Amino acid sequence: MALLGLLEREPSHGYDLKRDYDVYFGRGKPLPFGQVYATLARLARDGKVEAGEPEAGAGPERKRYVITEQGVTEVESWLAEPVEPEPHLQTVLFAKVVLALLTGRSAQTYLDTQRAAHLRRMRELTALKRSGGVVDALLADHGLFHLEADLRWIELTASRLAVLAKQVRS
Amino acid sequence: MTAAGPATMCDTGGRLVEADDMHLAFGPTQALRGASLSARVGEIVAVMGPSGSGKSTLLHCLAGILVPDSGEVHFDGGRIDRLGEAERSTLRRDRFGFVFQFGQLVPELSAEENIALPLLLKGVRRSEALAKARAWFDRLELDGLERRRSGELSGGQAQRVALGRGLVAGPQVLFADEPTGSLDSLSGERVMELLSDAARERSTTVVLVTHEPRVAAYADREVIVRDGRVTSLSGDRVIV
Repeated sequence: MALLGLLEREPSHGYDLKRDYDVYFGRGKPLPFGQVYATLARLARDGKVEAGEPEAGAGPERKRYVITEQGVTEVESWLAEPVEPEPHLQTVLFAKVVLALLTGRSAQTYLDTQRAAHLRRMRELTALKRSGGVVDALLADHGLFHLEADLRWIELTASRLAVLAKQVRS
Repeated sequence: MTAAGPATMCDTGGRLVEADDMHLAFGPTQALRGASLSARVGEIVAVMGPSGSGKSTLLHCLAGILVPDSGEVHFDGGRIDRLGEAERSTLRRDRFGFVFQFGQLVPELSAEENIALPLLLKGVRRSEALAKARAWFDRLELDGLERRRSGELSGGQAQRVALGRGLVAGPQVLFADEPTGSLDSLSGERVMELLSDAARERSTTVVLVTHEPRVAAYADREVIVRDGRVTSLSGDRVIV
């Protein structure tokens, strides 16, 4: 989904997509070329991107990929949907915020939606904790502390959206 | 409607407390910029938001402690922002309860006298007020501490006394501003359990200001205050 989101900004070659992915989301773990091209082939097969004619030039054959209407709809829906609240969501929460900013959508709206989903889950866990025994309570507490950590990150990110937007769009 | 009741009645649509489009400035600082919020009978609403966003100011306006520069505040169908200070004071005493971050107990009084205070201020006889106050000690897990002064209580105990004081007179609305803010996780959790149980049993509406998600999770829904405006998060009624 991150590659599709990056393509929404402008048509790109596989190489450029990989480079942008590594800049925004790689964090020391570059995306292998093979995975980039396999993903693009799958997206093309599913009608979410279209590959242009091979371009001649020095080096390996290059194709330019363009996102389709179906692809844009897919990105749109993905960014509008909160992630199912569970521990260890950092990667996907971060990806949604950055992609929202890169594609000119409201990251604030996404963060608000995600915050509501997290708090809803926290209410469920709090009710579970109060109705069950100590074991249930301890398990619920583990979930509650993790969700709380996400929420703290969401608050901090919300307060830094302007700075982050400036940086990712530069 | 009591003598202290709001002046003008209107259809509340089930909402006990309602504020609409409130603006309030403190000198050059605009604390509220069109804030709206409502709470139904028996509902617990958490008001969240970053420091300085205006959430405590919002609570103070809803409770008639502050009056907004513009906008309306309704309680039980009548406007309270048009009442004078004396009427609002009576309203707060007779219909509202309060719990603040640092219990704010009267240090010269014992725990039972602190809990009895709202009743004494209403003119209830001392013996009756103290008897009603004592009935809360078991509930609040404070047995044996009736005669202690606030300096002899732990933070969690003091906050539970403050909770008893907030609820003893049977308020229709309890306003709680960071009620667990000065407590450790476990003590804070206990205060929230007692607060939500007591409020639900009595169908007391609670407006709960907190920046802690774990505290907000005891509420039925939450709103967020950002730059003096309110956004509903829970989806049942969007108020921006």
